[in-house]
Amino acid sequence: MNFAQNTFLIALLLFPAGAITSIAFNKNERLANFTGSLFAVLGSISGIVSAISILFYQGTFSVNMPSTFPILSFALKMDSLSAFFVLVISTIALLASTYGYGYAKHYFGKYNLGNLGFFYNLFIAGMILVVTANNALLFLIVWEIMSLASYFLVIFEKNEKKNIKAGSLYFYMTHAGTAFIILAFLLLYRSTGSLDFEVIRNSINLISPITRDAVFILALIGFGTKAGIIPFHIWLPSAHPAAPSHVSALMSGVMIKTGIFMMIRIFLDIFPGGPIWWGITILIIGAISSILGVLYALAEHDIKKLLAYHSIENIGIILLGLGSALTFNSLGLHSFAILSIVAALFHTLNHAVFKALLFMGAGSVISKTHTKNIEEYGGIIKYMPYTALFFLIGSLAISAIPPFNGFASEWITFQSLFAGIRSVGSVAEWAFMIAAGSLALTGGLACACFVKVFGITFLARPRRENIKQITESSFSLVFSMAILALLTLILGVFSGSVSATLSRIANSVMAFRGEVVISNVHTSAIRTGDGFASVSLPSIFLIFGILLALTFIIFKFIPKKQRERKVITWDCGTNLGPRMEITATGFSRSIITIFADILKPSKEVKTTFHEENSNYFPKANTVNLGTAEIYRSYIYEPLHKLMTKISSYAGIWQNGNVNAYILYIFIILIILLIVGAVK
Amino acid sequence: MQNRQGASIFQPYSDLKKLFRKDELISHDASWIFKFMPYILFSTTLLIGFALPLITTGIRNGFFGDFLVIIYLIALGTFFLALAGIDAGSAFGGFGSSREMTLSALAEAGLIFSMLTLSILAHSTNLADIVHSVVSLPLTSLLPVLLAFIGFFVILLFETGRFPFDNPATHLELTMIHEAMILEYSGKRLALIEWAAANKLLIFMAIGANLFFPWGIASNLSLNAILIALGAFLVKVLILSAGIAILESSIAKYRFFRLPDLLLTSFILSMIAIGLIF
Repeated sequence: MNFAQNTFLIALLLFPAGAITSIAFNKNERLANFTGSLFAVLGSISGIVSAISILFYQGTFSVNMPSTFPILSFALKMDSLSAFFVLVISTIALLASTYGYGYAKHYFGKYNLGNLGFFYNLFIAGMILVVTANNALLFLIVWEIMSLASYFLVIFEKNEKKNIKAGSLYFYMTHAGTAFIILAFLLLYRSTGSLDFEVIRNSINLISPITRDAVFILALIGFGTKAGIIPFHIWLPSAHPAAPSHVSALMSGVMIKTGIFMMIRIFLDIFPGGPIWWGITILIIGAISSILGVLYALAEHDIKKLLAYHSIENIGIILLGLGSALTFNSLGLHSFAILSIVAALFHTLNHAVFKALLFMGAGSVISKTHTKNIEEYGGIIKYMPYTALFFLIGSLAISAIPPFNGFASEWITFQSLFAGIRSVGSVAEWAFMIAAGSLALTGGLACACFVKVFGITFLARPRRENIKQITESSFSLVFSMAILALLTLILGVFSGSVSATLSRIANSVMAFRGEVVISNVHTSAIRTGDGFASVSLPSIFLIFGILLALTFIIFKFIPKKQRERKVITWDCGTNLGPRMEITATGFSRSIITIFADILKPSKEVKTTFHEENSNYFPKANTVNLGTAEIYRSYIYEPLHKLMTKISSYAGIWQNGNVNAYILYIFIILIILLIVGAVK
Repeated sequence: MQNRQGASIFQPYSDLKKLFRKDELISHDASWIFKFMPYILFSTTLLIGFALPLITTGIRNGFFGDFLVIIYLIALGTFFLALAGIDAGSAFGGFGSSREMTLSALAEAGLIFSMLTLSILAHSTNLADIVHSVVSLPLTSLLPVLLAFIGFFVILLFETGRFPFDNPATHLELTMIHEAMILEYSGKRLALIEWAAANKLLIFMAIGANLFFPWGIASNLSLNAILIALGAFLVKVLILSAGIAILESSIAKYRFFRLPDLLLTSFILSMIAIGLIF
């Protein structure tokens, strides 16, 4: 029993404690909220401590309690990869809990906070167990706990019908994904005779290539549904906005990463070498997900839905790293494979941090303005300056602007794709080129989207009168956002050290055992193994800061004293009102028009007239601009119709008539007796 | 070609001097982003200058001389420029920002790939190393360099706000891209922004001249080499400027929705250039 193991088990006790006390005190809202958040904070801290001790001080720990009943055998293992994910989950959970303590106050009197605390603590516990489970059955149980707890959190605000629908869609999709995962595990069990991951890893040569490929496809679909890759993403844009903001931060920042974790675990750790088409498939899926995710985000005006689509985009970017790693691995280019996996892991961490920050900022604004539509915002920077500042930092991070963390991980992803273009043969090279092109396009479009979101939400004049009465959020919200914003800067500036640590983690993965560490920590620079590229973010941060300060001092004070007068914006002689500013619709219209073939925008105009029968005097026009739901209409609706049709054929046999059923039993019995006699 | 007598070539300096002396008018609706943006924009151009081999590769910036860093530092300036355009709350600034961000998103791929072509040929992403290697390339590698240069030149025209993307001398707000975002600025801040735009033009011309046609650049810090390099640099920039000016006098500004096709063409040219290397 070592220190890391102890603290992890303490965390596993603290979360259920929080759940139970929260439900026990559910009549007293303040107490329920307090205990729920307190235990979540304490549990997260133990999780962080345990993960750090594994990553920096000890190797791994395993807790193994096998028993003759498979359902009772309990096997946990935390190696470096699990520890990294536990660290990410716990850090974001810690800050989401401190945020949630203040945020939940606006549910007082409306919803039951005991339920919130209960499911929230179970959700986090489920997530950290998912990344440490070492037995397929235990994994499925905690996976289900995580999904169910998040389902109840999604429908927490149950008075809104939209949330219930979103929850139901999430429920169906996650269970469909779980079905694929179960199938994959069953195939592994059939080949190796065991559900324990260790045994499977050691008996890998018992698995035939066809089974291996089948497991790959099933796991890709199953875990891809949780991660939100296109076209299995349809639950994400409805479910993430429906949940309370700190839960959205957790779902978007860390829950979808558990899908990525299992993909790394299965494709690189349990199967040390797959064929090259695995990597290329994931590269293409990543490229498509990233571009389509950001295009749909540009067409959205619900701030949380927009952030959910950006999660899809960033999962695409992580998959670009993962796909490159698989491709390089199957070609034997191990140093590039480590570079790619470092890119994927780093982007996982960075996305968790800045997405949580952005969702917290959005939640802060929504809780004050009571609307999610960015067309009703405007000028909020004057009333909520801290939220605006931290949201700006989050926007800069997600647009990959140096020296923040998003830039560091996108830089490494680019380098791994460039390595692919330089070093691999014909077909794979074009896959890498398409991937690099899509990453470049995605980065630019994400920039455009966040200029729009930040600009329309926080800048210029308020578009609704109620904005002028709002005030800054309470301390716990601002504090959590400040810590995350600081973290984006720290992770960016010290990206050299972070990537060195991550390459050590990558080493622990089976496929890369014994390979060379790639980064140089001395100059705090990130450097690729063969000297193709290097960048030092601390120097960028430092020199840019000095230049900015110098420019500011010189140009503010050196020229003669000029006055700065406050006037109104140039209004061309009319009255300035909120309609004069750019709208979110107008801002993104150019891009939607350019990509009209992909987005299929639609415009519906309804006119009501003053007189019933005469169409000469219009009273009001309603214009509805939308984008086509192509996944629903081309994939899910046909699938639904097919299922219904098959079920209706089955209805011929399952007709509810008991006599028919007795007849079926009789016939089958006769057949079995005949077969038994013939044998 | 237009039968008019232009202003003196030192007119931009007189404009800057005039603007630095003037008072400023700042809108009630503007926030600290409006007030800070010129400093940020100007500092990014200075920072990029630290990484660019202008006349010698004897000083090699190993810290941020990477071409991706340059591209994303430009994106930093553009991000704040677009925000400042929205900040004052005027309709012109808003749609100027919208157009700039739309085209900037599409141009980024072309820019990255044109410089990637050179990186692959030079086996390094550091700008000084690229200059060093392109000087000694065999003749067969010149075709990819030329194709990548054409792709790069299209992006240069966009990023610096030249024809056919944007008319830098227009007074019609509805046709502006860059000018529309800075419409609310005056005085010192406007001077800084104009200076930053001029810096950006020099940066792009320096990249085009030195990376794609690096002959004449000094490889050490000796006085002779530097003088020759300075002369060569001036000649190359003069040729590029003359090229831009001739282009500006002969074609009209394109309609906005024709511009994405042009940017896509630049991207495809660079892709073909990379394909030709192997």
